[in-house]
Amino acid sequence: MAQIEEANLDGMAHLVTNRAIKGETMILNMGPQHPSTHGVLRLLLELDGETVISCIPDVGFLHTGIEKNMESKTYQKAEVMTDRLDYMNTTGNNLVYCLAVEKLVDLDVPVRAQAIRVIIAELQRLSSHLVWLATSALDVAAMSAFLYCFREREMILDILELCSGQRMMTTFFRPGGLWRDVPVEFEAAVREVLKVMPGRIDEYESMLTKNPLFIDRTVGIGKISGEDALAWGLTGACLRGSGVAHDYRKFAPYSGYEQYDFEVPIETAGDVYARYLVRIHEMRQTLRIIEQALNKLPMGPVRSNNHKFVPPPRSEIGTSMEALIHHFKLWTEGFDAPKGSVYVAVESPRGELGVYLEGDGGPKPYRCHWRTPSWDNLQVLPVLSKRCLVADLVAIIGSVDIVLGDVDR
Amino acid sequence: MNEQTFISALKSQFNGEQLEFRGESTLVIQRDQLLDVTRKIREMGFERLSDITAVDYFPQENPRFHLAYQFTSLAHHATLGLRVPVPGVNPSVATIEGIYPNANWRERELYDMFGIQINGHSDLRRILMPHDWEGHPLRKDYPLGYEEPQFTFNFDEIDVRKPYAKD
Repeated sequence: MAQIEEANLDGMAHLVTNRAIKGETMILNMGPQHPSTHGVLRLLLELDGETVISCIPDVGFLHTGIEKNMESKTYQKAEVMTDRLDYMNTTGNNLVYCLAVEKLVDLDVPVRAQAIRVIIAELQRLSSHLVWLATSALDVAAMSAFLYCFREREMILDILELCSGQRMMTTFFRPGGLWRDVPVEFEAAVREVLKVMPGRIDEYESMLTKNPLFIDRTVGIGKISGEDALAWGLTGACLRGSGVAHDYRKFAPYSGYEQYDFEVPIETAGDVYARYLVRIHEMRQTLRIIEQALNKLPMGPVRSNNHKFVPPPRSEIGTSMEALIHHFKLWTEGFDAPKGSVYVAVESPRGELGVYLEGDGGPKPYRCHWRTPSWDNLQVLPVLSKRCLVADLVAIIGSVDIVLGDVDR
Repeated sequence: MNEQTFISALKSQFNGEQLEFRGESTLVIQRDQLLDVTRKIREMGFERLSDITAVDYFPQENPRFHLAYQFTSLAHHATLGLRVPVPGVNPSVATIEGIYPNANWRERELYDMFGIQINGHSDLRRILMPHDWEGHPLRKDYPLGYEEPQFTFNFDEIDVRKPYAKD
């Protein structure tokens, strides 16, 4: 049997100081099974007492080869895997994948489908921020926020279940539109969220924003300047917390975001507290977008009628020969995409979520690469955690809001 | 967006080939120009490196790989794509870590997934796969699944006939 090698410091000597080699500082392993690493993240910490001298992230424990797997499936089937990348932002992953496929094959999406996509993607952003708030507050020992946030998240998951039958892995958006129209109960359920959430967000804020214990744990911790944040490729709240107003919904609007009136909140401090404030404000802006989209939700079809790419409705199959042929072709071979590559990015709750999709003229993606925001946001952890305490490191990991499914793919 | 002015400026200096697809402009340049072109792109005001990835065109050998870079400029409100063909024999490319620090992990991913040597990289280790893994999973000649599971008692027996992607 092949010898299992013990991991040692030799290969990583360039990442720690000389004092670690001489044994003056301690190397401590944190994770991969650790509740405050938000998944299976392993960190090698070089510690002097309780001060972090250097931090070496070790990722890949959740690597499932999704990019490789997608190359062997047709464009429609590959979409199911996209839910599993960033499991806090499943519909957002569907959205960017559908946008990429639509751009690659040049397919139009009806306006109603675009508006519903916006509503659901924003609901998902809200639910992702709720999980972030719950867990990162828990990391700095604010237990009660956790229970409140999960209570509200449940309302959003119920809406996803109402639309798609699934709470998390919905695959509700499809290339060319949606799987099907939303049910009649949808509007009332979303209005209920719009009604209760502003008060609930105030409630979270009353627990944390002016809480001296929370402020002590977060202000001035994990600081990064706007310039460094750009150079390190940070996106999302980590970038906006450092004073750079960059949001893909404004930078390159997609799915009709240009019609909605909303602000991109920024803070300038660049610390854990600033990222907290940005996300709290973002939740309020998200509610604004949902309300506008719901108020002017247009009527009409939710799927493109280009049946070369989008399956015809079930009712047509019995009466139309064309529809039957399209249905058969789409579900046996899939559709062909032209040779060429596209790069499409959207604003996920964590930042720029991009897809590089390349077609080779056949029915399967030749290459599908995911530019995931958590990857870059995690990469900067050694910079953020320079000379902080171990307890602060936990707060920093919480504040960059990583999802390991998003990092490892 | 106004990519065209940037692409024209780069083309006049480096003679690259310009690709147009679905409104995205991409510049194809030679491998040895990469550092100069990237430096120029940074000077032109592209503050962010969005993405680096590779595509394997196996069994085509020269070039076997295309590296695809995406740059974003907030100041100019523009995005720019760059493609670098790399041959299949001893694939290697210079690191752009010195210009865009976040290239570090993305280049490690290229090394891990495609076996592309990154010259001058400060920390070239595997990133997603275990450090003793054999082969590079995203190459097209790497088998996808359907492998016999190996257990302690039959590890060597299966290892003999198990297909590995040979370098």
